[in-house]
Amino acid sequence: MASSLLSFASASPLALLDPLKVNPRIGASTFLGKNFIKAKPFTRTSMSVAVEVSKFNELTMAPPDPILGVSEAFRADTHEMKLNLGVGAYRTEDLQPYVLDVVKKAENLMLERGENKEYLPIEGLAAFNKATAELLFGAESVVLQQQRVATVQGLSGTGSLRLAAVLIERYFPGAKVLISAPTWGNHKNIFNDAGVPWSEYRYYDPKTVGLDFDGMISDIKAAPAGSFVLLHGCAHNPTGIDPTPEQWEVIADVIQEKNHIPFFDVAYQGFASGSLDEDASSVRLFADRGMELLVAQSYSKNLGLYSERIGAINVVCSSSEVAQRVKSQLKRIARPMYSNPPIHGARIVANVVGSPDLFNEWKEEMAVMAGRIKSVRKKLYDSITEKEKTSKDWSFILKQIGMFSFTGLNKAQSENMTSKWHVYMTKDGRISLAGLSAAKCDYLADAIIDSYHYVS
Amino acid sequence: MHRGNDSHSSPSPADRRLSALVRHLQGSPLDAADPCLAAAPTSAAQISVFDHVVRAPEDPILGVTVAYNKDPSPNKLNLGVGAYRTEEGKPLVLNVVRKAEQMLVNDRSRVKEYLPIVGLADFNKLSAKLILGTDSPAIQDNRVTTVQCLSGTGSLRVGAEFLARHYHQHTIYIPQPTWGNHVKIFGLAGLAVKTYHYYDPATRGLNFKGLLEDLGSAPSGAIVLLHACAHNPTGVDPTAQEWEQIRKLMRSKALLPFFDSAYQGFASGNLDADAQSIRMFVRDGGECLVAQSYAKNMGLYGERVGALSMVCRSADVASRVESQLKLVIRPMYSSPPIHGASIVATILKDRAMFQEWEVELKAMADRIISMRKQLFDALRSRGTPGDWSHIIKQIGMFTFTGLNSAQVAFMTKEYHIYLTSDGRISMAGLSSRTVPHLADAIHAAVTKVA
Repeated sequence: MASSLLSFASASPLALLDPLKVNPRIGASTFLGKNFIKAKPFTRTSMSVAVEVSKFNELTMAPPDPILGVSEAFRADTHEMKLNLGVGAYRTEDLQPYVLDVVKKAENLMLERGENKEYLPIEGLAAFNKATAELLFGAESVVLQQQRVATVQGLSGTGSLRLAAVLIERYFPGAKVLISAPTWGNHKNIFNDAGVPWSEYRYYDPKTVGLDFDGMISDIKAAPAGSFVLLHGCAHNPTGIDPTPEQWEVIADVIQEKNHIPFFDVAYQGFASGSLDEDASSVRLFADRGMELLVAQSYSKNLGLYSERIGAINVVCSSSEVAQRVKSQLKRIARPMYSNPPIHGARIVANVVGSPDLFNEWKEEMAVMAGRIKSVRKKLYDSITEKEKTSKDWSFILKQIGMFSFTGLNKAQSENMTSKWHVYMTKDGRISLAGLSAAKCDYLADAIIDSYHYVS
Repeated sequence: MHRGNDSHSSPSPADRRLSALVRHLQGSPLDAADPCLAAAPTSAAQISVFDHVVRAPEDPILGVTVAYNKDPSPNKLNLGVGAYRTEEGKPLVLNVVRKAEQMLVNDRSRVKEYLPIVGLADFNKLSAKLILGTDSPAIQDNRVTTVQCLSGTGSLRVGAEFLARHYHQHTIYIPQPTWGNHVKIFGLAGLAVKTYHYYDPATRGLNFKGLLEDLGSAPSGAIVLLHACAHNPTGVDPTAQEWEQIRKLMRSKALLPFFDSAYQGFASGNLDADAQSIRMFVRDGGECLVAQSYAKNMGLYGERVGALSMVCRSADVASRVESQLKLVIRPMYSSPPIHGASIVATILKDRAMFQEWEVELKAMADRIISMRKQLFDALRSRGTPGDWSHIIKQIGMFTFTGLNSAQVAFMTKEYHIYLTSDGRISMAGLSSRTVPHLADAIHAAVTKVA
């Protein structure tokens, strides 16, 4: 019966039954299929052909990504004063995207050399892996001398975190990852999809707009021994609040006491303070103690290679033999996910880091980017404190570090920023300083003051 | 109040540490005399927390190249990985690709901002047109959602993860044999994997009867993996008539087709011809998934460029599907890499460059067809026992020689010829110069090894 109905369907083309064909005006929309059809097309004509309904009919529309959705909304806004403080992508003072000079130079070199496009090994470009581990741990680091680090090229920070998450799920079943409250929105998605349980440790203190250090330590202590503790190496996202060097020591103490495993997310090395070494000091502190740890790296921000998707997962082990085994298992995770990683970004990094001239130039460009962010922080702080004469302490703007600042604005206040002032930011009160120009600090100050005082 | 997603599960981390300790005391590979441990004075635990992680074996396909690289013999030949080689045995970057890259690098207005989660819009549109046809009604009706993914592997994985979450049937039928990575991709995505008969060792051709029987007895709605053309590893493709029968059968059982298209244009030398199987299914108005790769046909192997297309019943469904695909991608790698996709888009959207590409693509396909002929002739002239006509009947980059693993091992050991243990050789790795060496090796293997 079904087959005769179907032969009807294939013999007389669906065009006869298909209202989309009958009324071609329905559906004149963009290629990627925006949701314009209100009525299911086959309801009236489908009774005789049971299989005309989509197998995915019950699918619901997923909500837009909270972070990336901000930029989409910004683009749709036509107001002349609009300001995008959503995604963490660096902008120049003219609020333009920025491709680093060293990156352009490296790409030209690569083109001149006429390199081939063969598959990389599953673990990625060897020259990149070497360079990235040296950059992170320091070339003279004992962990590298002793070859105790398993380094695998990953798809930027996200991809590297995902490889590690799958490793955790497989080899530490039931182990939890402790993530800061708050943390980057995608962290929980990564662990959820990998099947890794997670819970939060206190981090942000809204009363001080600073670090709830006691809460953090207490929660890390309370977690079951052998948990993974996700730490932001520098420039905490979304708060911009980092532990001090002394606090890092205490964090390391507690982690060691509880036999927890530190898991660093390093997305801003060099971008936070302007110094690559300084920004790696938290990771190096742990590595120097002989601890085993995981570190996910990204070159999206510090080399402006956002869309090239270049990063790495590093696992520091107690011996080189173990590191080799761990590396082999990371490869086994990557192969059924994407087989091997993309070459282009990896070559750019290897070229920049591998050439003393380009490396030095990079450090200069990075210092400029970090410097601009520090200077808009100062300007914003000055603008706010000139206009707003209450006793509220706005110095957190200066103390926080990196691309992001937690303004302390709540959801309603953040929404006011957007609806009244056309300032686009995430609902948790996070603004991206990288999207702020000196010229707009005054306007932003007005918006923040208004939202803080007149919305609750 | 702490949020979390933890469910109650054992063993506890403390238990795991204890068992690791026990293993250590009983004598694990981690030697107490290991100097690395002694050099870590402040670490509380001398035993690695990763101690229980065993060494994974080398990937069987990529491992062939690893072994090849280690071999010092000047006569060694790598017929393992499916990467095209020129007559001189060198990797090839297409001229049109170089041209496109130069254009991209010279374009001062280009930036490296994050792509959307679904990738480069132009690339997606053009990829759908390439595989489904520029006049495809499915595209015109907005019933197709296309997302840029990491080459074929990434497209298959994203599609499989989506199906595992949103499709009512969680079993996928894959041909026997198939590319080694398929079963891992689908398994990790959460699908159960079954096989359907495909290759007939007796004829070295298609076991069509077995295929129809297996698909015929599959549960209604099951997912079926189909190689769009140039089946990997066998090189055996259904004829157009056979495809039509497969289509009818599948539609009558509401089986969901999931096409793997890694060789469009590379198999016959003609892009449209190599897409016919897919287009046949799309023409009947039904749904399907298509994973596309540009690794081979544009020589963009290491750039990891591909696309997943889902042809849906309606534009509304396609739109919802796309939103859910984004939820799969975001926690995997956030958004795809721009470089390779930009190269593809540049070429596909420019008429002259597109035609240049077609010419270079045909040249690659023709060279492979010529290698098939040369190998066939060489075996015939040696009087090698057996019927070797499958070499010229099979299509695409690979030939399933029919050699067993003992014969393969012999060829590697005695003749330094590297291929996968299933007897698959990559014709792309052959040249006129090396064909005689391979023919000698096959002849020896067949006559000396059972």
